[in-house]
Amino acid sequence: MIADILIIAFLAVGTFFNTLGIVGLLRFPDVYTRMHATTKMTTFGSVFTALAVIIYGGASWLGSMDTGYAILSIHTLIAAVALAFTNALGSHAIARGAHRSGIKPSPAVVDRLEEVQP
Amino acid sequence: MIAFCVTFLLVFCIYLLLTAGSGTIGFWSASELVAGAGLGIVVAGITRKFLCRSDNYRMANPLRLLLIPVYLLGPFLVEVTLANIDVAGRVITGRIRPGIIRVTSELKTDLGIFMLANSITLTPGTITVDIEEKGNDLFVHKINIMPGDEQKEAVPARELFSIADIPAWIRRIAE
Amino acid sequence: MIGYFSPVAFILVALVFLAMLRLVLGPTPADRAVAVDTVNTLMVAVLILLGVVYRQIIFIDVAIVYALLSFVSTLFIAKYIGGEL
Repeated sequence: MIADILIIAFLAVGTFFNTLGIVGLLRFPDVYTRMHATTKMTTFGSVFTALAVIIYGGASWLGSMDTGYAILSIHTLIAAVALAFTNALGSHAIARGAHRSGIKPSPAVVDRLEEVQP
Repeated sequence: MIAFCVTFLLVFCIYLLLTAGSGTIGFWSASELVAGAGLGIVVAGITRKFLCRSDNYRMANPLRLLLIPVYLLGPFLVEVTLANIDVAGRVITGRIRPGIIRVTSELKTDLGIFMLANSITLTPGTITVDIEEKGNDLFVHKINIMPGDEQKEAVPARELFSIADIPAWIRRIAE
Repeated sequence: MIGYFSPVAFILVALVFLAMLRLVLGPTPADRAVAVDTVNTLMVAVLILLGVVYRQIIFIDVAIVYALLSFVSTLFIAKYIGGEL
C-alpha cells in the first residue's frame, strides 16, 4: 500500500520534471540555457522514474520472494547511476565544445571565459 | 601491482552485481564466478593505467568510499531538489539573467575538481563550461546571476550553493 | 501496480517526439547535440519502464549499455563541435 503511493508519487514527479525539461528545451533562447533545462531536469526526472521501478521491484520481491524482482531492482539501480554520471559529463563536454566553436551566450550579462580564451 | 588489484576488485564487483541471482553459491553460480574472475584479470591488465593515474591510493580507504553515498543522499540530494524546483519555475515564468562567471575552487587534486564540476553541473542553475588547468578555476554558466556579481572578478564556489557547504564535503571526501 | 508504468512510458515517448522538434529546428550544431542527448536520456527511461511492463530484465541491460554508448557518442560529437578532433 505504501509502495503503491510511493510509486505513483515518483512516477508523477518524474513525468512532471521530464515534461518541463522538454518545454525548456523548446522555449529557452540559446544553447547554454537550453542545456540548463535538459541536463538537470531530464536527468532528475529519469532517475525518479527509475526509483519508482526500484521500489516496485523491492516491494514485489518482499511480497513473493521471487529473485527476478531483486535482479530487476539491482539492474535498474546500476542504470540510474550510469545515467546520472554520464549526463553530467556529456553536458559539460557539449558546453565546452560549443564555446570553443564560437557560439557565444547570446543574452548574457557577463562572459568571463571570452576574456581568457580568444 | 596495487593498481592492478584495485582495478580487478572494481571490475569483479561490477560483474558480480550484474549477474547476482544466477545460482546457489551465495547468489552466484560457479561458472559466473570463474568468468567474472577471468574477465577481471584481462580487463585489469589492460586498463590499470587509466583508473590509477597517480601513485596515490587515498581513495581506496573504505571510510572515504562510505562517505560518497552519505554525500550523494544527504546534502547533494537536497541541493539537486531545490535546483530543479528553481529551474522549473524559470522554465514556466521565463525570467532569466544568464552569463558566464569565474569560480575559484581552492581544491587541488584532479578528483576533487572533477567531483566539484559534476556537482555544479547537476545543481543550482549552473553548468561548468571550462576549467583553467593552472589555477584550478572553473568557468560556470549561471542561469540567474545575482545583480552585482557580474562586476566581481571571481566568485568563491561556496556562494553557488544555497544550503549545504558542498566544497567542504568534497574536500572531506577527496583530499 | 504494473498498470501505472505503461501510460508514463507513453508520455515519455511523446516527449521524445517533442525533443525531435528541436533536433529539426535547432539553429546551431550544439543545439542538435543537446537534443540528441535529451532523446538518449528519455529513451533510457522508456526502456527501463518497458522492462517492467513486458517483464523482461534484458530490456534493462540494454538500457545500461545504451546509456554508456550514448555517453561515448556524445563525447565524440562534442569534441567534433569544439574542433578538437
